[in-house]
Amino acid sequence: MRIHRLMIGAAVAALTFVSAASAQELTAITGGRVLTGASVIENGVVVIQNGRVVSVGTGAAPSGARIIDATGKVVAPGFVAVDSGLGGSEVGSVSGSNDLRANANTISASFDVSYGLDPWSFTLPVARLGGVTRAIVTPQHAGGGGGAHAHDDSDFAGVGAGGLQSPGLFAGQAAVIHLAEGTDILVRPRVAMVAPFGEGGARVAGGARGAEFIQFKETLAEVRLYARNKAAYDRAGLRNLSLSRADLEALIPVAEGRLPLIVTASRASDIQQVLRLAREEGVKIILDGAEEGWLVADQIAAANVPVLLNPISNLPGNFEMRAARMQNAAALNAAGVVIAIKGNEGSTHRARETRYNAGNAVSHGLPYGAAIAAITVNPARIFGMEGQFGELRAGAAADVVVWSGDPLEPLSLAETIFINGQEQAPTSRQFLLRDRYRDGGEGAMPPAYPR
Amino acid sequence: MKIDRMRGVSFAAMAAAVLALSACATTGSDAASPDAAASRSDARTLATGLDYAANPDPYPSTYRGLPRENMAIVGGTVFDGAGRRFDNGVVVVTEGRIAAVGDASTPIPAGHARVDAAGRFVTPGVIDVHSHLGVYPSPGVQGMSDGNEATNPNTANVWAEHSLWPQDPGFNAARAGGVTTLQILPGSANLFGGRGVTVRNIPSVTMQGMKMPDAPYGLKMACGENPSRVYGGRNQSPATGMGNMAGYRAAFIAAREYKAKWDKWRADGEGSPPTRNLQLETLAGVLDGSILIQNHCYRADEMAMMIDLSREFGYRVTAFHHAIEAYKIAPMLAREGICADMWTGWWGFKMEALDAIEANAALVDAAPGGCAVIHSDDPELTQRLNQEAAAALAAGRRIGMNISEEHAISWITLNAARSIGIADQTGSLENGKRADVVIWSANPFSVYARADQVFVDGGLAFDRMNPAYQPLSDFELGQPGYGLSAANVRQGAR
Repeated sequence: MRIHRLMIGAAVAALTFVSAASAQELTAITGGRVLTGASVIENGVVVIQNGRVVSVGTGAAPSGARIIDATGKVVAPGFVAVDSGLGGSEVGSVSGSNDLRANANTISASFDVSYGLDPWSFTLPVARLGGVTRAIVTPQHAGGGGGAHAHDDSDFAGVGAGGLQSPGLFAGQAAVIHLAEGTDILVRPRVAMVAPFGEGGARVAGGARGAEFIQFKETLAEVRLYARNKAAYDRAGLRNLSLSRADLEALIPVAEGRLPLIVTASRASDIQQVLRLAREEGVKIILDGAEEGWLVADQIAAANVPVLLNPISNLPGNFEMRAARMQNAAALNAAGVVIAIKGNEGSTHRARETRYNAGNAVSHGLPYGAAIAAITVNPARIFGMEGQFGELRAGAAADVVVWSGDPLEPLSLAETIFINGQEQAPTSRQFLLRDRYRDGGEGAMPPAYPR
Repeated sequence: MKIDRMRGVSFAAMAAAVLALSACATTGSDAASPDAAASRSDARTLATGLDYAANPDPYPSTYRGLPRENMAIVGGTVFDGAGRRFDNGVVVVTEGRIAAVGDASTPIPAGHARVDAAGRFVTPGVIDVHSHLGVYPSPGVQGMSDGNEATNPNTANVWAEHSLWPQDPGFNAARAGGVTTLQILPGSANLFGGRGVTVRNIPSVTMQGMKMPDAPYGLKMACGENPSRVYGGRNQSPATGMGNMAGYRAAFIAAREYKAKWDKWRADGEGSPPTRNLQLETLAGVLDGSILIQNHCYRADEMAMMIDLSREFGYRVTAFHHAIEAYKIAPMLAREGICADMWTGWWGFKMEALDAIEANAALVDAAPGGCAVIHSDDPELTQRLNQEAAAALAAGRRIGMNISEEHAISWITLNAARSIGIADQTGSLENGKRADVVIWSANPFSVYARADQVFVDGGLAFDRMNPAYQPLSDFELGQPGYGLSAANVRQGAR
């Protein structure tokens, strides 16, 4: 047993060493149609080394470089999954494997998903094969996010244990990860705070939207009071507050407009109220959902608020998205709103469908370049990391994918995938299963035996 | 088992004979059977509603189709659904039926309007074999969630058509994605969820107005986690996989007895007639082959047991739905002639969905005689079954399988029709079939392809360029955004 462990440890160490070495290698991807995220270069050359993009342009590859011939192919930045659960949930219905939501009323705003991320998650290679190389892992609210067939939990909101609000208004804080093989996927923790508004938020506050807005304002007032009087708070010289110290602390950068707040809102009127709230409280927000956003696109653009959306949400699934349309992405983009396009179903197992969603936005009026930006440059920009990933430009992380064709097409395959300059093995648990049963599984030896 | 099957046939034949007669009688309940054996029971005609055979179709289709004209769709690339491809092809539609399909030399009869499909693609209408539109409609509010009668593990007595709300806006969205036929099923909370209903996807005020004439009923069965979670959670059986199996077996034992009693009473007319029981009646329909089994079943080991169960009681499984692990037993499914109805991209949402692979459809398809179908179970995915098929096709090609697009289109057309027992009527562009046709703006395996025109029985049901053919349901009238256009597109083309 002990020997086994040692041997496995040695094997992992060797693997890591090899991977790390290859990330240093000078590599040039030549001859392809290069989508930088912001522009298109025909017959382009993308040079990477030491995990970063060295240059993007045309002309000859540097001498001594490993050449990857992308003639007839498309070279693109890795896609960024927003509002994702990658690395935070293995099997949806197995609660022990899901670290995306916390029920404790002492830990709401302070909940930090980054501690629960698993670099060995089998969701990561699957997303990677769909061209996803980064994700904004976003906590989910324990009170339910609203939407179709939601339970009515309104009678469970209010003052809970310890005199603290239960459930908390906030879902917690999101983290940025990369999807490279290895032992560490965390890029940056605590990049945004998350709070549901609309039906989901109303439920948290007792069943009505008006209650949530008041509670939110009161919470920020308490946070500011706490921030001004920490010493008094510590010696119990401050009145009772409805949040735990950890939550008060976590909300200070939100109250000060430094940490963006991801606000889930679908209904046009909810979006208007949230924009007003942000203005009144000096809070920096990112809209999530915004299915009816096209009705108030100019107001969102004027407020300079970015939107995370799923362009294929076109049905009136509930009463807060009766105006949902396939053209939402196109309309918001045309109004000048910075949009990021999500994958499906929480963008965990189906994060790989991000590219199809972008394609469907294109077929419903979104310009192609805007669709590519919405899954590359824009997410990085929205989360304050523009230029560091999501774009093929000098200095950015070398997340580069060579596609057999247009990456938004289901028939195109991600043929070569680099993350941080490290080439990723083109495999997944699903591919292992596929290969095991490739020939029908009816041979003399059961499929469980290696062939 | 052989005897059982024969009895099943005779029962079905008798029911059909009675149906034919009652169709021209003024009152169905007075219809006398022409069958010599049954004539002995004339004196024993049951009170209205107590004899299934007197009125086997009590909620009949009133579907009449949309206005149509004879036409020839010319110049497009035709995938006929049955494996053929014609570049610059011709599809001739006469009286709502396919009259001819071929290359550019195909003669066009006089009086047929020409529809120019140059640069575009023509396929059969898409068939979604697993839909909950109307029974789990939009909006998904509690008052409208009518898809699971989760009050008993055996609700073979309920019919999805009795829950179907025709004003579900999802029907319109599905049509804009090329869907012309759907099988609407009850949910999967129960071992026996109830009968499904197959509908023509045209707007209708009533369920009967969209119900497909002459389509067989399906009975929704469910394996696995759902029934055992729902009932186990109530400390009730089934709570386990073995409890599921015991539940199916008990039901079919009762159904066999019920069927035998009716068969005997019809044959000899002696004694009191059996009391009609809707639950057992549906199961008896499964045993006589008139009702097709549509079995939600994810895992390979469970599918294999369901096949044995069908042998134990002498019925056939027509299709496994959500057949996540079909690829593990693809040759077996092909030998049994059972369709596997699958997603491409869904996985990992529960344990029985853990082993899903994108190449599932391609591997099922590769087994000789295999019947691979791509389905939705979802009001959004149903709008893009062509793209889900494209992802499945890509996964097959990735491992070197040589699958043509004209073949892969069968996964959402002809194989889908086979999976719900309507392949003699639709699913391919072959002479005599219903003219369910989609003209796509581009190759339907492209993410950018849109359904430009959708014909149901030769009638134009949707036109992406013409607002007059972009219907809205009653629910959609006067809602937020009504009458406005987003990105210059009217709501009806949402």
